[in-house]
Amino acid sequence: MAADTLFHRITDYANRADPYPLYAELREAGVARQEDGSYLVGTYHAIEALLHDPRISSDRRKRTVPDETAEEGLPPAFIGLDDPEHHRLRALAMRSFGPPHTPDRIDGMHDEITRIVKDLIGSFRGEERIDVVDDFAYPLPVTVICRLLGVPIEDEPRFREWSDAIVAGIDPTPGEDPTERPRAAAEARKAMGLYLGELAEKRRTHPSDDMLSAFVGGDSSEGQLTPLEIMTTSVLLLIAGHETTVNLISNGILTLLRHPDELARLRAEPALMPHAVEELLRYEPPVQMLPQRTPLADIEVAGVTIPQGAPLILLLASGNRDPLRFPDPDRFDPTRDDHQHLGFGSGIHSCFGAPLARLEAQIALNELIQYLDHPRLVEDPPPYRRSPVLRGPRHLLVESG
Amino acid sequence: MHGEPRDGRIVIVGASLAGLRAAETLREEGFAGTLTLIGEEPHTPYDRPPLSKQVLLGTVSADKTGLPQRREVDAEWKLGVRATGLDPVGKQVLLADGEKVPFDRLLIATGTRARPWPNPAEAALDGVFTLRTIEDAGRLAERLDAGPRRVLVVGAGFTGSEIASACRERGLEVTVAERGPAPLVGALGGTLGALAAKLQRAHGVDLRCGVTVTALEGNGRLTGARFSDGTGIDADVAVVALGAVRNTEWLAESGIAAGPRGVTCDAGCRAFDMYGIVTDDVFAAGDVARFPHPLFEYQLLSLEHWGNAVAQAEVAAHNMIHAGPRRRPHLTVPAFWSSQFGLNIKSVGVPTFSDQVVIAQGSLKDARLVAVYGYRGRVTAAVSVNQAKSLEYYQRLIETAAPFPPAPGAADRIESPEPVPSDVPDPKVLSHGPTVALTGHLPDRRLTLVQPAR
Ligand SMILES: Cc1cc2nc3c(=O)[nH]c(=O)nc-3n(C[C@H](O)[C@H](O)[C@H](O)COP(=O)(O)OP(=O)(O)OC[C@H]3O[C@@H](n4cnc5c(N)ncnc54)[C@H](O)[C@@H]3O)c2cc1C
Repeated sequence: MAADTLFHRITDYANRADPYPLYAELREAGVARQEDGSYLVGTYHAIEALLHDPRISSDRRKRTVPDETAEEGLPPAFIGLDDPEHHRLRALAMRSFGPPHTPDRIDGMHDEITRIVKDLIGSFRGEERIDVVDDFAYPLPVTVICRLLGVPIEDEPRFREWSDAIVAGIDPTPGEDPTERPRAAAEARKAMGLYLGELAEKRRTHPSDDMLSAFVGGDSSEGQLTPLEIMTTSVLLLIAGHETTVNLISNGILTLLRHPDELARLRAEPALMPHAVEELLRYEPPVQMLPQRTPLADIEVAGVTIPQGAPLILLLASGNRDPLRFPDPDRFDPTRDDHQHLGFGSGIHSCFGAPLARLEAQIALNELIQYLDHPRLVEDPPPYRRSPVLRGPRHLLVESG
Repeated sequence: MHGEPRDGRIVIVGASLAGLRAAETLREEGFAGTLTLIGEEPHTPYDRPPLSKQVLLGTVSADKTGLPQRREVDAEWKLGVRATGLDPVGKQVLLADGEKVPFDRLLIATGTRARPWPNPAEAALDGVFTLRTIEDAGRLAERLDAGPRRVLVVGAGFTGSEIASACRERGLEVTVAERGPAPLVGALGGTLGALAAKLQRAHGVDLRCGVTVTALEGNGRLTGARFSDGTGIDADVAVVALGAVRNTEWLAESGIAAGPRGVTCDAGCRAFDMYGIVTDDVFAAGDVARFPHPLFEYQLLSLEHWGNAVAQAEVAAHNMIHAGPRRRPHLTVPAFWSSQFGLNIKSVGVPTFSDQVVIAQGSLKDARLVAVYGYRGRVTAAVSVNQAKSLEYYQRLIETAAPFPPAPGAADRIESPEPVPSDVPDPKVLSHGPTVALTGHLPDRRLTLVQPAR
């Protein structure tokens, strides 16, 4: 197998620190067919159109060559389903997360998130060198999603292992052992599902103010999640709730340290942070690509027919840097007014947790840059996490004072 | 910029959504001259869509619907005074208080008003309402608070249906009378009209289609109504929702092509005169405007849509301060929304410009769907019910005149794969006028519609 197709290079760990030149190459190519029959799309307007196209499925089982490991584990969560099942499950999950049933849930967490952020900063106060990832960007979203769902934070070492395996499972890097990772991921999903399902069951008799309690109890007039659906949904929320926000925060600090003028400006004007977070979602999106899409019919994109059932990979991060959509796209400009980035996707699957991710990142980045005094990057580029999908630093050593 | 008309006097008549957005855009784009807004209502601009929704439900009070200003607007506001005439030669607007306001360029944004009940004596009965202004909404909400025994809604267009929905949500008994075959049929055609009828009945509305209200009864106070089928009801509130009348009477002797269907203008929002010659200093935008649209065979459209008022006002304002080649056409695809009976309805394109309709996604049974409309084999509109996120895709199909029916393969295409006739009735059979009027490219017809002097 020739190891230098565009997708090999994009997923190659050696290019993790800066995949953007490869994305430029992809945009040049328009739609890029890979030798394994998958298709890459990296231009903004084409991605946008495909994300709204009802003939694009999010259900991997619709692929002409379905992965056989899918049968062994839990059924897909709503992120991997199409309407109407997707809508039903997402709406049921939304009942305890956002409007219309609980419109104040996320806003109401503002003070609690601030407290968690301050506690984390307190724990490394005075130290000359911190690891932004391990000391800050990771523990924050984990703590928040645990409180929101109702998962004991003490169990973090347990579910971290599962989580790592699940994230490795969605890594679409071609070539490497194609069955082992998905199999391990399916097993980890099952284990995590059983664990969360058990926690939810306990809430039946001892309800509390968390989402697991809401899943098992509450008003059933608009339907209810089954025990199996509670497992798949809470696995999804636990994973998505922290594996992405960690990257948003650490990519954010990394980007600001690389742009000291912008950092100084945000330090002086914290009210600019919501703007800056949108620009970060464009400039260094935590989810670089959606590797799960499949056309349900032959679909023409930019003169190329993508056949029904072919793996379709949408490079969101590439669309975000498309010069036909954003002027001067490679410039990080926190005052940019155009916020129609693809950082949260678009269409019916657009990020469920976006309001929470925004709030966490805004508070975390503001508090951390206020705390850091003359910060310096110890290593640039820093070491990255393995995944080309959920891309971000594995460690981010920063010295200050 | 040289040659760009950035100075002088601009007057905007109509200080509501279109007027405000135009004023903001003028300043945003660098207009440095004097700006005057003239509005008959004594209020600063407010938003009308909540009047038939949150305000009637009591979740927002009528005086809390002010439109947020996008920016500071340096302008003189003449509120609470009506424009009574336009002198196109002397270039001034005549006001009811006798003042004459000179202009270099004028924007007509006088919108529409509620069509009144045709019998003035009956219309004057205590308990008979129309709904267009915050005063209307405040009074009606107050009357609903008092717990009437039954509310009669005359006309089942969007406004009438939303009013009925609010009443049911408050637990009030409601009768809806509609001359056409179903609610919303005038805007959405037969398939979704039938769905709307089913839902209204499921929500406990006493829906009567194919009947007209022949009399509102009472002695000082409304007590009931009679219908054309010989039946009658007792009711202590009646809301007349018979559509809108365009506020063009003040232009009757102006020589501008203004009539019951609105002020005819070109794609750049410049008004035509009564000879079909385009003016270059009089512009129109919002509900009062009637304009050609290339996606609909250049027929003249009169829309009563919030989004159109905003988009058209922005184009009009831009064109008022830019010369020839820098001007822009108003090409926005028409779009509107409505919420009623737990449904979120959104529309793009012009559903009445159709001969067929197909349920492209979702199902009527679940009341969650996208209906796509076609005219002679191309997509001209789409309406979503509780599935708004899907609409963008169809907007693109409309903009590109994609073939109808749309390509198969939608993940959630559940039922009715075959297109059926769209069954858009002749507007004449409806109680309430259509909210979109397609009237052919006949600006010269205005000649016959100019109103005689009074
Ligand atoms: C109850 C209700 C619910 C609605 N809901 C929706 C909805 O859900 N979705 C949607 O898309 N649209 C909706 N609309 C329509 C939307 O509100 C209108 O499209 C919009 O208000 C049009 O704005 P406009 O500025 O063109 O006209 P208008 O809002 O009608 O304003 C015109 C203004 O001009 C003034 N005026 C008139 N004549 C004169 C004169 N001679 N001199 C001085 N001033 C004058 C009037 O007093 C008025 O203030 C709704 C409308 C109503 C009434």
